[in-house]
Parts: sequence; C-alpha cells; structure tokens
Amino acid sequence: MSILVGKDTRVVGQGITGKAGTLHALNNVAYGTNYVAAVTPGKGGSTWEDKCPVFNTVHDAVEKEGANTSVIFVPPPFAADSILEAIDAGIELVICITEGIPVRDMTLVKDALKKSKTRLIGPNCPGIMTPGQCNIGIMPGYIAQPGKVGVVSRSGTLTYEAVYQLTVRGHGQSTCVGIGGDPVNGTSHLDVVKLFNEDPETEAIILIGEIGGSAEEEAAAYIKEHVTKPCAAFIAGTTAPPGRRMGHAGAIVSGSSGSAETKIAALKDAGILVAPTPSEIASTLLEVYSK
Amino acid sequence: MNIHEYQAKELFSQFGISVPAGKAVQSADAFEEAIDSVGSGKIVVKSQIHAGGRGKGTFTTGYKGGVKVVDTKEEALEAANAMLGNTLVTHQTGPAGREVKTIYFTEASDIEKEYYLAILLDRDSSKPVIIASTEGGMDIEEVAEKTPEKITKVLIDPATGIMPHHKRAIAFGLGFSAKEQLKQLDKLLSGLYKFFWDKDCSMVEINPLITTPAGDIMALDAKVNFDSNALYRHPDIVTLRDLGEEDEKEVKASEYNLSYIALDGNIACLVNGAGLAMSTMDIIKHFGGNPANFLDVGGGANEEQVTEAFRIILSDPNVEGILVNIFGGIMSCKTIANGIIAAAKNVEMTVPLVVRLEGNEVAEGKQLLADSGLALTPADSLADAAQKIVELAKK
Repeated sequence: MSILVGKDTRVVGQGITGKAGTLHALNNVAYGTNYVAAVTPGKGGSTWEDKCPVFNTVHDAVEKEGANTSVIFVPPPFAADSILEAIDAGIELVICITEGIPVRDMTLVKDALKKSKTRLIGPNCPGIMTPGQCNIGIMPGYIAQPGKVGVVSRSGTLTYEAVYQLTVRGHGQSTCVGIGGDPVNGTSHLDVVKLFNEDPETEAIILIGEIGGSAEEEAAAYIKEHVTKPCAAFIAGTTAPPGRRMGHAGAIVSGSSGSAETKIAALKDAGILVAPTPSEIASTLLEVYSK
Repeated sequence: MNIHEYQAKELFSQFGISVPAGKAVQSADAFEEAIDSVGSGKIVVKSQIHAGGRGKGTFTTGYKGGVKVVDTKEEALEAANAMLGNTLVTHQTGPAGREVKTIYFTEASDIEKEYYLAILLDRDSSKPVIIASTEGGMDIEEVAEKTPEKITKVLIDPATGIMPHHKRAIAFGLGFSAKEQLKQLDKLLSGLYKFFWDKDCSMVEINPLITTPAGDIMALDAKVNFDSNALYRHPDIVTLRDLGEEDEKEVKASEYNLSYIALDGNIACLVNGAGLAMSTMDIIKHFGGNPANFLDVGGGANEEQVTEAFRIILSDPNVEGILVNIFGGIMSCKTIANGIIAAAKNVEMTVPLVVRLEGNEVAEGKQLLADSGLALTPADSLADAAQKIVELAKK
C-alpha cells in the first residue's frame, strides 16, 4: 500500500520545462514515476523530453491525460497561482517544491485548500517517495528501499539522513514525505502521522521536526492517544538563537513558542523516543522496532 | 527584514494611523531645526536602532537611556548629542551594542491610558491574527502568561480581510465605548490591517498604543517586520533596509545566496540544507563544542559558493575549526569534493578542517579528498565528524 503516491499515480509537472525542473523530473521518470503531462503556459502542443505532451493549462492535462497528481517547480512569484490552478483543475495531490513563496500568498492558498478536496505537500519541500514505486520531487531515489517504515520531515537533507540510515541497516520505507520548511504549509506532521497510522503496510514511524510553530507537539498529542506503532523522532535547532530564521522561513523560535526543548518534551511525554543526535535517528527507532 | 521606528511611523502615517509629530536626523547639525519642527512643548529624544529595550539601555560612554523625555530644547540637544554616534547596549543587542546613527525627535504626548496592538501570522490557523491588550507598554508574552484574560485575539479570514465585526471585537475587548473613539479605532484597525496585508508584513506591533486626555488614539511606538520572500514586490520597502544594522558577514553571505547566521562559538560549519545545518550546530554542542555559525549552502554547493562560504567563515576571528557536512543527494559527492578542494585552495586555510561526505558516489568523493594533498581530516559519520572537529579545535 504506502500512502499518497504509488504505482497508479499519474503526474503532471508544472514548470518542469525549465532547467532545474527538467533535471529533477527526468530523475523521477528514471525511477519509474509516471509523468503523463507537463504544463507550461505558451508551450502547449509540444512534447517534454520525448516523454509526455505539454499543455497550456492543468485543466487540459487532467482532461486529456487523466493526471491526478501535480508537482510544481514554478518560481516563487508564480507558484501560488500554480497551486491554485491545480486545485481549480481538481488535482487530488499537489506537491510544491518551490522555496520562497510569500506567506501572504500561502494564506490564500491554505484558504482555497480548505474549500477543496486537494491535498498540498509543501511548499519548500523535497517531495514524496514511495520506494520502488514512485518518486516525485528532488529526493535521491537510491537512498531508499521498499519497506515498512514511514518517514515524515520538515527538512530535506535530514530526511535523506534518516532514510539512508534505515536503508544501510536493512530497513526499507513505506513512504517518505517531506512536508517542507515554510510557516504555512499544506500538510502537517499530524496529517501524515494519521495516514501512516491507518496504512496497514506502515509498521513504524519516524518524525523529524525543527524549531518554529507547534506542529510537532500536535502530532505528539495524537500519537499519545491513538498510535500504537513504534515511533521515533528528531528535532533540529536546540542551539538556534531565538528570533532568528534558521534557513527555513518557518524555523524560528518566537518568544517562548516553537523551541526545540518544548517539542522534545512533548514528544517524550507522548512516549516517543527522541534521537539525541541526527546520526542516531534510525538506531533510535530500532530500539523499539526490529522486524 | 526590519526597519527603524521612524520609518515605520512614516509608513503608518501613509496608512492613516495617527502618530506623534516627529523628525529623524542623521547629523548633529540638523538637531536644532528638527527639534523646532516638532513643537515647543515636551520632546522625546529617541535612539534609532533595530533592537528593543532602548529606554532602559546604557551607552558604552556610561550615558543612561536610549530614549529621553525632556522639557527644553537645550536638554533635547544635550540628550541627542550624548546618543548620536555612540554605542547603545540593551538586553536585545548583546554586549557589543549598536551604534546610534539616527536620532528621532517627537513631540511628547499626554497619555491617558496605554494599550498593546499587533498583527502577525497565526501559524496554527494559517491566518493573520490581531492581538490587543489593555496592558500597554508591557511585554505581551508576560501578559499572556500572567493575565491572559487581558488579551483579545481575533483571527482574520485572509480571503475577506478585516470586517467590521473583527474591529468591534477588538474595541469591546479593549473596553472602548465612546462613539468618537470607536470611530477612531475602526479607522486605525482598517489602516493597520491594510498596511500589514498590502506590504507583506510578518508582524506589526504598536506598544504602546495610547489614548490622550482629549480622547485621541495614537501609536506611540512602532515595530515592523517584513516577509523577506515578498520583498521582490515592494521596491519602496527595500530602500528602507539599513545594512549597518545587520551583521557584515550575513550581508555578504546573502549576496551569494548563502544562508548564514553568525553565532558566538568557535567551530564553524558549512552544510547543505537548513535542517541538516541546524543539526550540525546541535551535534557540535552535543559533543562539547560551540558552533560559530549556521550556514546552509543550498542544494548546489558549487565551487564559487563554497569558496565564498570559506572566506566568510574565516573572516570570523573566533573560528578555530571548520566542519564541512554535505549529504550529496542528487549531486555526486565527486562534484562536491572537487568544489571543496578548489575552494580550499582559493582561500588560505588557517584552521583545522574536518569533512564529512555522504550520499551519491561517496567513495569516489572521499578518494578525491584524500588524493588532493589538502590538510583535512575525513570523517565517516556526522557524529564522528563532530567529535573530530571539537577535539582538533581544542589544540
């Protein structure tokens, strides 16, 4: 099973005719991901890299190719509009890789999401991968292998660390989800934890968070009440100075809110093992999960 | 991006928010004219720096107070001369303090009551939230902790914007009832929300907002922060940036698209990815060291960026060791190793360097580093790398 993406995912790439978009989307295709269409306004009628047709609108890609998932590599000033277009076209799952979308734009996107059936992953995220089936975004496919551990993270490179640590220890992943480092995002830790909890093929969960907001605390509270699968976590930013944005727009301790200490305490209170260093994320999970 | 109080108040005026008459000047020659222009009564002399706690701050000259209320022109001149060009230390500046380069003179207002008013993003709901309190001039976090009933919070639907019922909720929460005051507050809230929204603010804060004995409502202070990701659509705001208020190394880094934050430790780090960069700082601390900076070179980590990153790191005199931690995802570790080798040859390495590479073609990347003849210490895991650099920096 896995969650959100798999063999049946039909991807439309928004903004993949650009240089970076092409590079990553071709990597996705080489992994076996089914790109059925590209959308670049003005380039409709052409073909993307001999792989799939290019359309002017997402509506066309849905109507003509049955696209159900979109990946967005559009530059920040235009990315919110691209997400809204995908929502408008009825796309079920939108994955937005773009970093640097203004918060104001994202509050409007968030509002539109609530009124739709679309789920957004990101923005400012590495994407999502169900190993062996489907890889959408910029995650390196070789670090993963099919398996039973679900990974959810706000950070790209920390996801790679955790996934790679699992893989070299012989543990594969059900799905790896990068939810992104922005203060307003489409899918939270909690949303993904719920999906992993309901997924019969996910046996254990790794949750990677960082300073800023209270999404990790929210997930911890849910895990405490509802999740019996083994869980491990890591929180980045113990040494981050308050009031500074640490690379990610959402990684900021504001006053007393969003500190690593608060998050670690909430996770531990929920009975979740918290890795003391990023080198020990997989080994921490394997203390309580060993299939 | 932050701006000064006087700049924020100029913007407030443009959006119909009442502020006391004021004039900001950068040179002592202009003091007299500025003082004359703000009226003949009591005057407030305010140091302009991007840090709070100015009133209770102390100059390195020993002069106390970065904000002074005075009765005469002579006293105003004396205070301004004691502030301009000198370094003010507050609880937010750190011990080094900040040089005061601008003095803001404003007329002193008669205060009947002080309030608190702010608009920022509520992360839980992804909506703008207006926070108002009857406890003006106080730290809002403290009020929230001790007397939460004195705070009114109103979430704004971003699609509709601020509506009359939002404004009524704030007015009644603050205890306003006189018709004239309700009207004034209505106008102020509309203006403030429009400013927050139109200019892509991350936060606007008025502390205190005051009522005068005559019944007027006015912003006595102003703190504004803009969403850096939205600056491309506000060229007028970009001109308000004061590079003198920012760390020199951070400004330099931003020119090369490097995300760098200066810290006060002695072990520098150079990492790809924000989460991994934060964790690298954390693990240095975990093994008994102290991180000198946060530095995310992004996904590319090319030679030019790594070279510039090394230069910035080495310009910090506290640095006694460097930890390079790169997870080569899509990009080959060979490319990254070549970038590090070239960069290390471009700059003179004066401190120990530990390199941890992981990911795509890692064996080849490590071999390149080993063959390079550079005096660097390779590491296998992040834990190994952190322990090595902490040890080397001690020597």
